[in-house]
Amino acid sequence: MIWDWEFAVEIMPILLQAMLITIGATLAAFVVALLAGLGLALLRFSSPLQAPKRGIRWRLLGGAVEFVRTTPILVQLYFAFYVLPTVGITLPPFVVGMLVLGLHYATYLSEVYRAGIESVARHQWEAGRALNHSRRHMWGRVILPQAVPPMLPVLGNYFIALLKETPFLSAITIVEMLARAKIIGIEYYRYLEPLTIVGILFIVLSVAGAFGVRGLESWNVRRLSQGRTSARRARPEPKGAPLT
Amino acid sequence: MDFTRLVSTILEGLGVSVQVTLISIILTFVISFIAGFGILSRFRALRWTSVVLVNIFRGVSVLVLMFWFYFALPLFGIDLTALVAGVLALSLNQGAYGAEVVRSAIQAVPRGQTEASIALNLSSWHRMRRIILPQAFRIMLPSFGNMQIQLLKASAGVSLITLADLTFQANLLRQSSPQNTTLIFVILLVVYYLLAIPLRASVSGAERLLSKADRA
Repeated sequence: MIWDWEFAVEIMPILLQAMLITIGATLAAFVVALLAGLGLALLRFSSPLQAPKRGIRWRLLGGAVEFVRTTPILVQLYFAFYVLPTVGITLPPFVVGMLVLGLHYATYLSEVYRAGIESVARHQWEAGRALNHSRRHMWGRVILPQAVPPMLPVLGNYFIALLKETPFLSAITIVEMLARAKIIGIEYYRYLEPLTIVGILFIVLSVAGAFGVRGLESWNVRRLSQGRTSARRARPEPKGAPLT
Repeated sequence: MDFTRLVSTILEGLGVSVQVTLISIILTFVISFIAGFGILSRFRALRWTSVVLVNIFRGVSVLVLMFWFYFALPLFGIDLTALVAGVLALSLNQGAYGAEVVRSAIQAVPRGQTEASIALNLSSWHRMRRIILPQAFRIMLPSFGNMQIQLLKASAGVSLITLADLTFQANLLRQSSPQNTTLIFVILLVVYYLLAIPLRASVSGAERLLSKADRA
């Protein structure tokens, strides 16, 4: 028994449906990561005009971030899935999955934010202050327009990396693509077609994502060649982060 | 069950976890270099094969790859044990990322170095081995360190293809003594965290060694 096209075509719609769950999970977790990462960055890092943050709370937070970053997502998923109910918090598995994936990636993204903001030259901050800009004006009109564009390709890479973590969600009963393929495999006792299709779908999604990231990169280059912002790029690679 | 019993039961999976991680680290290293040089090869066929393979193994999720090796390959008559399937999936996936690390590090060595070696009439082997690689290796090191931790983290996935690693043991334990669920997973997380420490130390050690060799 080798590849059966009829069977492959038959299961395709079910797998495509599961792909929507995978994409939805990735998007939801990424939103969590973007927001929580921003929160973490604000708590952990300071603008170049302020004194760098030190002290016990800063250290504890840094240690916690490090801990989340160096322990497996799968174990974190189990932890949230099995331990939260014992303290009286019962959430649907999908929500648990989003929160865990999102928080894990927030620890990477906080570094992306930091690098993006640090890539804005110090004199921009000083000039902003010298011109007596309000805080809002300073961030909204001076810092962020320069800090955000170089972050976008990096964020895009993490988005693709996050997509590839979603099969771990199958371990906490979420039926995304891999779980669906496994169910089909058990039902028909044919694993080859569903697993191969899922693999191909993942490759298609991540290659498409990579093209998107390349688009963002060349958009950045075009912007920079118009000479509007400093040429420094955000290139963070926190310990334990997936390579992108 | 008391604390020490819990710890010792979970640690029964330590051997498998360490084994999977260490073999994968070595294999990843080898694959990274082979594929990295493949991408840089001057032969078009080799170059394209490497690029395609790297994109396939990078694009597919490591867990999907693992399942594919374990459940789908036997249908082609290739029966891999769970250990081989797990290690192969981990190292091919991470090695594909590593190939890009190797490629970009080699390309990051200034062109003048290549030109100077040509001017000095060094053979191309000599040029790569003595001039380019030692400089490129330095650039690769932090990323390789990161990859080791990634591999350790991803190794927990082998519990899903029936390998009795740390995570697998913890899950069994949770089923047999559910009243200890919280403690079991706290222990498991801490064990993984502790395992990452020597991995990180090995890379910073290598970095120190190289910069010492530089000064000497």
